[in-house]
Amino acid sequence: MSVIHRAVETLQKTLKNKVLSVDTFRDQTTVDLDRAAILDACKMLHDDEALQFDFLAALTAVDYWPKEPRFAVVYQLYSIPNRVFLGLRVPLKSEAAEVDSVESVYSNANWHEREVFDLFGIDFKGHSDLRRILMPKDWEGHPLRKDYPLGYEEVQFSFNYDEIDDQKPYAKE
Amino acid sequence: MDTENSKQVMDTTLEELRHLVSDRALEGETMLLNMGPQHPSTHGVLRLLLELDGERVVNCVPDIGFLHTGIEKNMEAKTFTKALVMTDRMDYLNNLGNNLCYCLALEKLVDLDVPERAQVMRVILVELQRIASHLVFLASHALDTGAMSVFLYCFRERELILDIFEMCSGQRMMTSYIRPGGLWRDTPEGFEDAVRNFVRILPKRLKQYSDLLSKNPIYLSRSKGIGSISGEDAVRWGLTGPNLRASGVAFDLRKSNPYSGYENYDFDVPVGTNGDVYDRFRMRLQEMAQSLRIVEQALDRLPAGPFRSDNRKFVPPPRSELGTSMEALIHHFKLWTEGFSAPEGEVYVAVESPRGELGCYLVGDGGPKPYRVHFRTPSFAAIQAIPVLIRGFLVADIVAVISSLDPILGDADR
Repeated sequence: MSVIHRAVETLQKTLKNKVLSVDTFRDQTTVDLDRAAILDACKMLHDDEALQFDFLAALTAVDYWPKEPRFAVVYQLYSIPNRVFLGLRVPLKSEAAEVDSVESVYSNANWHEREVFDLFGIDFKGHSDLRRILMPKDWEGHPLRKDYPLGYEEVQFSFNYDEIDDQKPYAKE
Repeated sequence: MDTENSKQVMDTTLEELRHLVSDRALEGETMLLNMGPQHPSTHGVLRLLLELDGERVVNCVPDIGFLHTGIEKNMEAKTFTKALVMTDRMDYLNNLGNNLCYCLALEKLVDLDVPERAQVMRVILVELQRIASHLVFLASHALDTGAMSVFLYCFRERELILDIFEMCSGQRMMTSYIRPGGLWRDTPEGFEDAVRNFVRILPKRLKQYSDLLSKNPIYLSRSKGIGSISGEDAVRWGLTGPNLRASGVAFDLRKSNPYSGYENYDFDVPVGTNGDVYDRFRMRLQEMAQSLRIVEQALDRLPAGPFRSDNRKFVPPPRSELGTSMEALIHHFKLWTEGFSAPEGEVYVAVESPRGELGCYLVGDGGPKPYRVHFRTPSFAAIQAIPVLIRGFLVADIVAVISSLDPILGDADR
């Protein structure tokens, strides 16, 4: 039995109906979990002697606005001894965009969660230092949300150069 | 100094820092010092807030984001093909590696095959890129630890590699040469000779550079036993690549989860023991020699044949067909206006970049633009681990430790 099968089975056995679905796309397995189960799932996959998912490769989120559940936090775990990836997804509704921090299991989740907080506005409960990381401290909004416009710079021509220049936010005398 | 100012460090108040520094800092017993973001040896625009007890580092709070350009957001607004050029600009010492990572993810998402010649070419180019990146590491690392001449030598050799890239793609750095389904165009005349010439030159020079540093008592005293981390901690903090292997964990994605045919090449993965600055330096030197081995093998087996897939749904037809074939014209028009669509689904693909695991998480929604792209970048993890590495060491060691991790801020901030 492959490591992935065993991991999925272990998750289903212990977390029961908190495992929402299991999906395989292009040979890549992703397990959808209830948000209450993520910390337990990570602990289990990390500590299990046969599985040993000891490395959190990536942690990010996707915004499916305007669909609900709006967000999905995505974890890519890797097992260095077994050489396999396993994806975990936690769907989150927009009115309750918060999930437990997995920092206690994978230390490097600290910054990854800060990044998701910064760019998506998803809250991580139990995080030791939840501040913005990429955007400035006083930034308004969360740029990677789908309802956040991309923005653009207006093209300055000779006839409207000063007009546009006046609207620019840089310091003036 | 008035009290208002003395309670503020840059734009942050002491209250906000309370959970990040020790209590002694709040009483003024230890000093808070700002390093960067314009410090030349912080490799770009990295800012460190240091808590110092005399010369010793008690704690350190890295601050990144000065080079954040919203690449992930921008890519969502472009078609899959157009988004490719953004990847060059993340890790600016590993342009082809970024192209490769994105293309592999995209090829997996749309299920597109790559012909053999393109696979081998990709390996040659990415390994050359790895050598170029490690040469810059060696150069800046030597400079940071006080050896000026190595810097100049390494840039001389790197220029040979950049010449090869320019030959292929017309650009020294922002190549965008690796495209979904293969390469942008076939290799130019004289490519093989140029690569063979480089492969012949480098081993001798590598020996010289190795001797310049590893027999230099000043360098040794600045690197041995400095900034060490155990293998277990390195995994926990997400270090990958040479930084992880220096701590004795033999994890290399080219061996463990091979892509682009890496399973067909014979090469070793160098592994260190102490995980200190010296070991990280040694890893990269040895990796360059291994990369040369791979390049040589790849050159020997470089097959003739198409340099990109002939699946016209994803790959543009050759120019010569446009005048005679109606189908080719339609495909060309579709690809350069609307682009191709990817199915609904998500993939995660990781490659071994010179700095470690570079991962691309790509979500398709059935349309011609990526619904979401995320890059898991090795520098992000490396910078996060800096405080763990430098606690208890001297201020002068910080510079050695940072440069030994070889972080690229464009890579971390994206």
